[in-house]
Amino acid sequence: MKILVCISNVPDTTTKINFSDDAKSFVTAGVQFIINPYDEIALTRALELTEAQGGTVTVLHVGDASTEPTIRKALAIGATDAVRVNAAPRDAYFVAKQIAAYAKDQGFDMIMTGRESIDYNGSQVASMVGELLDQPSISIVKVLNVEGTTATLEREIEGGKEVITCPLPLVVSATEGMAEARIPNMRGIMSARTKPLTTIEAIEVPSLQQFVKYDKPAARSQVKLVAADDVKGLVDLLHNEAKAI
Amino acid sequence: MAKDRFQGHDYYLMDELLTEEHRLIRDSVREWIKRDVSPIIEDYAQRAEFPTQIIKGLAEVGAFGPYIPAEYGGGGLDQISYGLIMQEVERGDSGVRSTASVQSSLVMYPIYTYGTEEQRKKYLPKLATGEMMGCFGLTEPDHGSNPSGMTTHFKDAGDHVILNGAKMWISNAPFADIAVVWAKDENGDIRGLVVERGMEGFSTPETHNKWSLRASATGELVFDNVKVPKANIFPTIKGLKGPLGCLNSARYGIAWGAIGAAMDCYDTALRYSQERQQFGRPIGGFQLQQKKLAEMITEITKAQLLTWRLGVLKNENRATPAQISMAKRNNVNMALQIAREARQMLGGMGITGEYPIMRHMMNLESVVTYEGTHDIHLLITGMDVTGFNAFT
Repeated sequence: MKILVCISNVPDTTTKINFSDDAKSFVTAGVQFIINPYDEIALTRALELTEAQGGTVTVLHVGDASTEPTIRKALAIGATDAVRVNAAPRDAYFVAKQIAAYAKDQGFDMIMTGRESIDYNGSQVASMVGELLDQPSISIVKVLNVEGTTATLEREIEGGKEVITCPLPLVVSATEGMAEARIPNMRGIMSARTKPLTTIEAIEVPSLQQFVKYDKPAARSQVKLVAADDVKGLVDLLHNEAKAI
Repeated sequence: MAKDRFQGHDYYLMDELLTEEHRLIRDSVREWIKRDVSPIIEDYAQRAEFPTQIIKGLAEVGAFGPYIPAEYGGGGLDQISYGLIMQEVERGDSGVRSTASVQSSLVMYPIYTYGTEEQRKKYLPKLATGEMMGCFGLTEPDHGSNPSGMTTHFKDAGDHVILNGAKMWISNAPFADIAVVWAKDENGDIRGLVVERGMEGFSTPETHNKWSLRASATGELVFDNVKVPKANIFPTIKGLKGPLGCLNSARYGIAWGAIGAAMDCYDTALRYSQERQQFGRPIGGFQLQQKKLAEMITEITKAQLLTWRLGVLKNENRATPAQISMAKRNNVNMALQIAREARQMLGGMGITGEYPIMRHMMNLESVVTYEGTHDIHLLITGMDVTGFNAFT
């Protein structure tokens, strides 16, 4: 089985988010970047499947050279080889076009991503790739098994679960439950030194969207306590100050 | 223990001095400690038990012989990688780091450095995977800072030797499969030999009632007419330089490890000071608490610079034993002082197992004593700079 896992390079979950003075860009100085946790789940399941059934796992990332530690970690976790599309990821369409351009003649049985990246949370790339490659794409998958050329997938739906079968090739986006992310071990780190990491140039993609500005959520205001018997005071505050009634 | 929310501290952007691989190694060990060690370590320390289930994980993250060449099962990594692994493991617990230090520097290092090819092949691959665990016998009941006075000895008996004597304060002894033992031959020369569990007359009684390194097993090695094959003796190394070579490697790892313990105490105290309110505001806003935190991060930063430079020297094979002594002494003392100050910042909570500080503090009382005491390392520096021996 030949699997492509697409990984994003995202700020660590404990990062304090700051924007530039013109509010147009995210300030990356001092920020620790990690593999997008949902992509890591996809990567782990891809490794489990190929370890059990044979095959290769290629990781693909769209980003500049500064993201290579993240790619190297994916190789240390166990991926066979890696490809970096040498461009800053502009938006979901741009990324999906790069993935599709690379994957279209590589013969992957499956293309996997996380359900969303934890920075912009767009949840669009997997579906776009499916569309661009004219392959079925199934999103937010909790369980993924493959037998022969058929995948069986489980998704959580309102009040229960949905079980789907789908012929390969297909595009899958992973969520919690599909696999438990692995920590790279020393052997993996050592072997990652010599695994191929290929850089390719990005294809031209029209800009379909523009980021106008970023805002942080408004700071939470102080709690005001009102005495239990002061109904008039409470109504007054809700009406005049909070303007909620 | 509460959830491990540790974050590394890098005030002088030292990460820029590390390679991408160094950072990956460090972060992987950190992640493993958070997942497999932090959630259980307090319980094991309280019960004075070594968590044997983490041995496999320690081996997988590279804590056993990271700098031993890959052909013998080691990691083939450099000395800074070794240091970073020790730092992260000790960030979890000094007792766990002790187990890793002993296995790497006191068992695998001498077998690799002084052993025959047969000895290397027989022991090193199994030690690297944790399938076999080792301990190191140098200290005796009456000979601690003065190891050359040891009385453990062996006599020639044809194809084997007869070993007699006793060693004390031996980390890993109760469960170790092999012991690298230093003993005098019939000429009075200190020699190293590998004693295997199961050899008749060899026993390893456990040391109980410790208030320190409680999650690490400590014991004695007792040799009562133990027949050791001559093939188990290191062929050429003679004299105190044998064990001291091992100690240099272990002390180097401890210098890094102590930073881990210090960072965990600082990190805990810093977070607590931002969350704990007194007099209507976080205690981190009060000058006395800021003095403690500012001094802690200053000392941690100095220690980080010291060990990084020592690591570079060690990679170039230029680090002197006296330089290693300075780092071990400075960093362990630094960590111990930080643990005490951090404990105070947490007030009553600081003495409970909800936070790691008191465990680190008690552990560090051993670390400041073993592998050359705080005072002995001072005398090593003293002798190095003056040329006068003040030991005897």
